Amino acid sequence: MRLKITHRTEYSYDAPVSYALQRFRLSPRSDRTQTIHSWSLTVEGAREEVRFDDQYGNDTRLVSAENGQETIKVTASGEVETLETNGVTGPHRGFAPLWLFQNETALTAAGPEIVDLAERVGEGNELDRLHRLMGLVREKVAYETGSTDSATTAEQALAQGRGVCQDHTHVFLAAARHLGFPARYVSGYLKLDEADEQAASHAWAEAHVDMLGWVAFDCSNGISPDERYVRLAIGRDYREAMPVSGIRHGAAQERLAVHITVEQ
Amino acid sequence: MAFDEMRLDESGLREPYRGYDRWFRQQDPLRLTEKMQDAERVFRKTGITFAVYGEEEASERLIPFDIVPRIISGSEWRKLTQGIEQRVQALNAFLDDIYHRQEILRAGRVPKDIIARNEAFLPEMIGVRPPAGVYTHIIGTDIVRTGENEFFVLEDNARTPSGVSYMLENRETMMQLFPELFRQVKVMPVENYPQLLRQSLSAVKPASCEGVPTVAVLTPGIFNSAYFEHAFLADQMGVELVEGQDLRVVDGHVAMRTTEGYKQIDVLYRRLDDAFLDPLTFLPDSVLGVAGIMDVYRAGNITIANAPGTGIADDKAIYSYMPEIIEFYTGRKAVLGNVPTWRCSEPDSLKYVLEHLHELVVKEVHGSGGYGMLVGPAASRKEREDFARKLSARPSNYIAQPTLSLSTCPILTKSGLAPRHVDLRPFVLVSDRIRIVPGGLTRVALKEGSLVVNSSQGGGTKDTWVLDD
Amino acid sequence: MLLGRAANGLYWMSRYIERAENMARLVDTGLRLALTQTSTSADEWASVVTSAGARIAFAERYSEFDAVTVSDFLLRDITNPSSVMASMETARNNARMVRTALTRETWESINEAWMALKRILADPIDERELPKVLDAIKRETALIRGAFQGTMLRNEIFDFAQMGTLIERADNTARILDVKYYVLLPSVAWVGSSLDNHQWETILRSVSAHRSYRWVYEAEYKPANVADYLILDRRMPRSLAFCYRGIAEALDYLADAYGQRHACHQLVHTKLTKLKTCAIKDIFEEGLHEFLTDFIRDNSALGDQIAKDYRFY
Repeated sequence: MRLKITHRTEYSYDAPVSYALQRFRLSPRSDRTQTIHSWSLTVEGAREEVRFDDQYGNDTRLVSAENGQETIKVTASGEVETLETNGVTGPHRGFAPLWLFQNETALTAAGPEIVDLAERVGEGNELDRLHRLMGLVREKVAYETGSTDSATTAEQALAQGRGVCQDHTHVFLAAARHLGFPARYVSGYLKLDEADEQAASHAWAEAHVDMLGWVAFDCSNGISPDERYVRLAIGRDYREAMPVSGIRHGAAQERLAVHITVEQ
Repeated sequence: MAFDEMRLDESGLREPYRGYDRWFRQQDPLRLTEKMQDAERVFRKTGITFAVYGEEEASERLIPFDIVPRIISGSEWRKLTQGIEQRVQALNAFLDDIYHRQEILRAGRVPKDIIARNEAFLPEMIGVRPPAGVYTHIIGTDIVRTGENEFFVLEDNARTPSGVSYMLENRETMMQLFPELFRQVKVMPVENYPQLLRQSLSAVKPASCEGVPTVAVLTPGIFNSAYFEHAFLADQMGVELVEGQDLRVVDGHVAMRTTEGYKQIDVLYRRLDDAFLDPLTFLPDSVLGVAGIMDVYRAGNITIANAPGTGIADDKAIYSYMPEIIEFYTGRKAVLGNVPTWRCSEPDSLKYVLEHLHELVVKEVHGSGGYGMLVGPAASRKEREDFARKLSARPSNYIAQPTLSLSTCPILTKSGLAPRHVDLRPFVLVSDRIRIVPGGLTRVALKEGSLVVNSSQGGGTKDTWVLDD
Repeated sequence: MLLGRAANGLYWMSRYIERAENMARLVDTGLRLALTQTSTSADEWASVVTSAGARIAFAERYSEFDAVTVSDFLLRDITNPSSVMASMETARNNARMVRTALTRETWESINEAWMALKRILADPIDERELPKVLDAIKRETALIRGAFQGTMLRNEIFDFAQMGTLIERADNTARILDVKYYVLLPSVAWVGSSLDNHQWETILRSVSAHRSYRWVYEAEYKPANVADYLILDRRMPRSLAFCYRGIAEALDYLADAYGQRHACHQLVHTKLTKLKTCAIKDIFEEGLHEFLTDFIRDNSALGDQIAKDYRFY
């Protein structure tokens, strides 16, 4: 499927900022499931400082703004050809060892709720257990925007039974790791059937299974990703895979507006 | 009976101390006591003080200095340096490996969990290969001696070893107090350490840096216990002493704010822990570091010395595998031995340690500075029992070692020379080559019979001589 | 090249050393007047606190103005950021921060002054001990100045420190004059009166100028002379004109060294020209209080501009 993606992020500050840094993981890479035909990243109101590959191989850029900037606009856009792989992303690559993805992080620490959920997965082959886990996550955590924020942990989201795709993914990762699977967070785009316009990027999980390698699970939609999905960045949790993150000096409050279109 | 390095008893004076002994016998004891007080006055006036953790800043105090040098012969030193060089090469190879292919884990020479469960393993370093492949540039290898030819490495200190300023100030003070002594005994110089440090740091400048690199020392600030040393080294090298608040990312580099604008830094000798280094990457609340420095680092635009993530080599559980690590990367047996170490994470070892607490030294795997450790023979029954509970609750947090009979070296007391236990920390500089300044920091337990030499626990220092023979 | 933070540290190190010294002089003035006055000394102690710019903070902690409360507040109280002890603490912390920019002698003199004052000011001061304590403070700060002037290279490091000293000193002189400006206003009522001599004495003594004034003006206390001496006389090392000549010189050296002039150069030369060309009668016509108020504001603005132009922050 050939997808045309535009991802606009606009930061506006209620007072001029003296200094701000933003880190973007907004450039997808070609892999087994997707081929990037064209991609561009343009930034207004800030300038690129460095571009590098992070520890997971994400194409990352650091930009800075200074001296009273009031808005920063970032536009990532391009065309991607995707393949249907039944959710299989393929063998593990890179220097980050598989065991690293078995370690819990602050956002995905397994508390009693997670342990309980993981234990209900039961026996079976690896793929079946992961699919059952996806079903359980979907059942236990209702999709509800605004019920959580970027600092909500897997345990908290599960305890309150509500969350968004980020929380679904964290709960899945925490439980999968508790069961011994290497598991990772994926930020990306999803072509919706009903609309082209979206207000946020998507997130799902991948778990590593012997013989197959990494296999993707989208708990929010209860499926393994297909050709409507575009992978943008990976990490052990949201904090490591987030498409945009930053830090700023001064008292200015930041407002964020995101417009994403994914069209065929 | 501990090995005495001077050996004043009936068994006869040891060779390296012959020249010093001849001089010492000619001295008026009263004059020496006065010299000792002179030394303390100099240290206090110049502000060479040491803030002890947990005490008020007002209680800045001096590390006591003893005027009797600790003397090592040229041949002893050559053997030590061989062993240290081998160790330092192995450490850098190990760090390179665990942040890349992890061959040593694949080969099963070091258990995976010792890395995987280690908080000092820094994922952000995965795939980073710093200039010249050097991760740990400045190392302070702690060495203890138990006999004529028995040297052991106690700790590697590959993260941020401190104390080199004392090595330099101790020598400076000795030369001021006893100039004639240095004419009588040929001692190898240590004074060029700051120049060597600067050369060494310059030699690992980023590949993209053309010309003479700008070097700076990063300090957490004046309230840090080692601030004196940070200022001292910057001053002696002739480079800026910067704090996080002076730095930001400018034009793809880390730059310092000067009275004439921002100026690029190529090599940063940081004396700040990893966690505080970059609020954008690590602790978001840190105001001591530089936001984005890890991004600049990964992009290859700055050298950070020592590299982030080197702390894993200081882990005492990993230390216990150093003989295997050295053999794996150098293909040879370790020249300098390890102190035998029980890993309490292993049930058999834990059992042994709990049964023999009264004769062992037990340390936290991430600990340093003598904090949180138990010296079994010196501890009371109650202290041992309390410690046993902590140990049983978190065995993997501890290792144990036999109580070594550290060698002694005389100090000057009111009633003349008296033996006290010592250790030795030579300082190693790694760049395109390895340089070890002939000397080091000798720490001495001032209390009779005490084996704890840490300055935070009442230890003092001595000038350390390597003879030019 | 110098780190902006180091320039800032040098500047404030010097300001706080100067401030510590000025505080000791102020307390000395109060002590002298309290000893010589027949009337209640509370007014004089109150005016000392006002000159120190600390009236409100003082009132929060004490109700009475006397030798004990005022000297405690201005010398020892570390909750008063301008007290001698607090100033020396700040000065030393700044000196530690810029340790590598200072000569060993300068650093040691500051460190020793801090150690000495910490000991001397550890306990509340008995009124009888006060003269000795004030002497000690003045001696320690003089030793610092001696070490600094005698050993520091005349480069940018020296210039930033020098500007700190002079901006603080100008501020101090202007404030002292402003607190007593009404005494200096020409008024028939006190012409020839000897009753008010102690008021001039207050002013002159608090800037250590009571003796030199007599040499210059032959002991004739005239308000115009006192004002002229402390504002416009370039020979007098605490006068506004002297301070500004020194600040302008330091800034001009920096402009030469860096090859760049900034907004602060404009500010300092405008002010210096005014101090050079105007006569004391012009100032009285303009209004002495208004003149001093403007001066204090502009002096502070100059400090801010220097901080901005040379990237202190």
